[in-house]
Amino acid sequence: MLILVVLAGVAAFLLVEAWPSFVAPAEEIPGEGGLVLYIWPLVFGTLLSAVLALVIAAPLAVLIALFITHYAPRKLAQLLGYVVDLLAAVPSIIYGLWGFTVLAPATRGPAEWLSENLGFIPLFAGPPSTTGRTMLTAGLVLAVMILPIITAVIREAFLQTPKLHEEASLALGATRLEMIRLAVLPFGSSSIISGSMLGLGRALGETMAVAIVLSASGGVTFNLISSGNPATIAANIALEFPESSGVAIDTLIASGLVLFAITLVVNMIARAVINRRTDFSGAS
Amino acid sequence: MSTTTSPPPPTESVEPPRETKSLVRGTLPRWAPWGVLAAAIVISALAVSLFGFGVAPFVLLTAVLHTAGIAAWSRWVEGGRKAADRSFTAVVTSAFLLALTPLISVVVTVISKGMDRFDARFFTYSMRGVVGEGGGAYHAIMGTLITSGLAALMSVPIGLATAIYLVEYGQGKLARAITFFVDVMTGIPSIVAGLFAYALFALVFGPGTVNGFAGAVALSVLMIPIVVRSSEEMLKIVPDDLREAAFALGTPKWKVILRVVLPTAVAGISTGVTLALARVVGETAPLLIATGATGSTNLNPFSGQMATLSVFSYYEYASPGVPFEPSLDRAWTAALTLMLIVMVLNLAARSISLLFAPKAGR
Repeated sequence: MLILVVLAGVAAFLLVEAWPSFVAPAEEIPGEGGLVLYIWPLVFGTLLSAVLALVIAAPLAVLIALFITHYAPRKLAQLLGYVVDLLAAVPSIIYGLWGFTVLAPATRGPAEWLSENLGFIPLFAGPPSTTGRTMLTAGLVLAVMILPIITAVIREAFLQTPKLHEEASLALGATRLEMIRLAVLPFGSSSIISGSMLGLGRALGETMAVAIVLSASGGVTFNLISSGNPATIAANIALEFPESSGVAIDTLIASGLVLFAITLVVNMIARAVINRRTDFSGAS
Repeated sequence: MSTTTSPPPPTESVEPPRETKSLVRGTLPRWAPWGVLAAAIVISALAVSLFGFGVAPFVLLTAVLHTAGIAAWSRWVEGGRKAADRSFTAVVTSAFLLALTPLISVVVTVISKGMDRFDARFFTYSMRGVVGEGGGAYHAIMGTLITSGLAALMSVPIGLATAIYLVEYGQGKLARAITFFVDVMTGIPSIVAGLFAYALFALVFGPGTVNGFAGAVALSVLMIPIVVRSSEEMLKIVPDDLREAAFALGTPKWKVILRVVLPTAVAGISTGVTLALARVVGETAPLLIATGATGSTNLNPFSGQMATLSVFSYYEYASPGVPFEPSLDRAWTAALTLMLIVMVLNLAARSISLLFAPKAGR
């Protein structure tokens, strides 16, 4: 009842508050290029950082979940599961502070190496940033952040793999790897997808970590290690909002609306995948 | 789901005219993984000391050497399938260790940097009129407690009511739609919730209304779906026998819910609420927008900007004072405090569920 009202309210109020920026003449929008030109680099930066984080985190999360469920000793596994849950609850600002202080300086060396040796790939074209506050760092921080979340989802699914399937394949002489490939992964595949989608949604909406770590300068570039980075929607809102007024605020709210729409779509896809799985698993 | 296992070797057929030395292939000794690991460590230590690399290349080289070594040895003695298995074990373990490194680094950094200012002054002084050293986060801690408390006060009744509706009354399209949207709402970016609260208050109370209550509204938008999800799960596992027994005694439905269902599920629900609170306490972005920040203690959530721990930490970091070390120290200590609060809440949730849970008897 109320919950639908709240969700509709979120969309409605954002729309109402953002409206002036839709109808405002293009000159009044910050950056003087009109609304679309203002938001587009932000959308690009958001997607780039989130996808980067997902590409790093998702395979790792699968491996960690496998380690916890099938490789670690039972006692250790319980403890690790708890630690993962706890880490999923650590506030994002802490990851942001950590990324700025520890990770950013640490990426400087590897970034130089990348631009020297792999510079022909557009991703690593350089010149490398001297502060380390690059898209690469932001992606890494986001990856570290969403890692526990994705792992928690996948771990749940792997734990629910029917014991009979596992034992049957082991009894047929499969090695542990083959057992995992044939019994665990097919069962957990949809949860891997949905967990990654949830992680993606989290990475898309992540604000503070990116705001602290990324030194944004606008512009659309695939270059991960230079000092010119596109900002992300959420970080841009957090950075600009306290100093904005009038149409600028409306524009920020409009960009928030775009972010809302993107995450809504991602989450809906994730939920649809999860629901399809519960339909299936009832039958098997 | 059909499990297609690899076809077992045709045991019943006649022995193919193939050279097999024996039925059992060799196996590596039990100490093999550790032995290879030790060898890999030694070799990469030599390499690192020769070329003068840092710690990270050393670890990476060790992992690669170990994986390659165990795979090669196993392929030599045990054959391809076992080799694949062993190398996958090595890959999984090293991936786990690799992922653990940054997470441990986060915790260690926060603790070591935060301990500098983890003193009584930090918890008893506000930042009013403080330039440079000294000062504390009393105002921010109070702000965090007030906003999160208000958020809990709003979202627990709403979330609980929704969960009761879904479990006890809801059926058909409406209930399914609500479940779906609750799920979707869990994924709302926190900053969007902050914008929503800002927009709401700007419309109702005039533009630029920023106070603690707006922050609480933003937080409760984030908190409601979590509360609904966890309470729903808890209400669902209340045994139907209890409900039916109460109905059979002629109890009206509302009374059954109030006196039978809720008391049975109360432990689980309070665990869920505590976990939701832990999630929300650390939120920065919505408070940054809806609650603002101030240096002085403001205990009235309905007027004026209010400092909160997370925002305090952010501002101390983003715009430090002239000698910037004290500000950074305060930022880290605020982060440490926040992390401690989150951990205490998590532990509290665990112990609540441990204390009350086994009553239902599964």
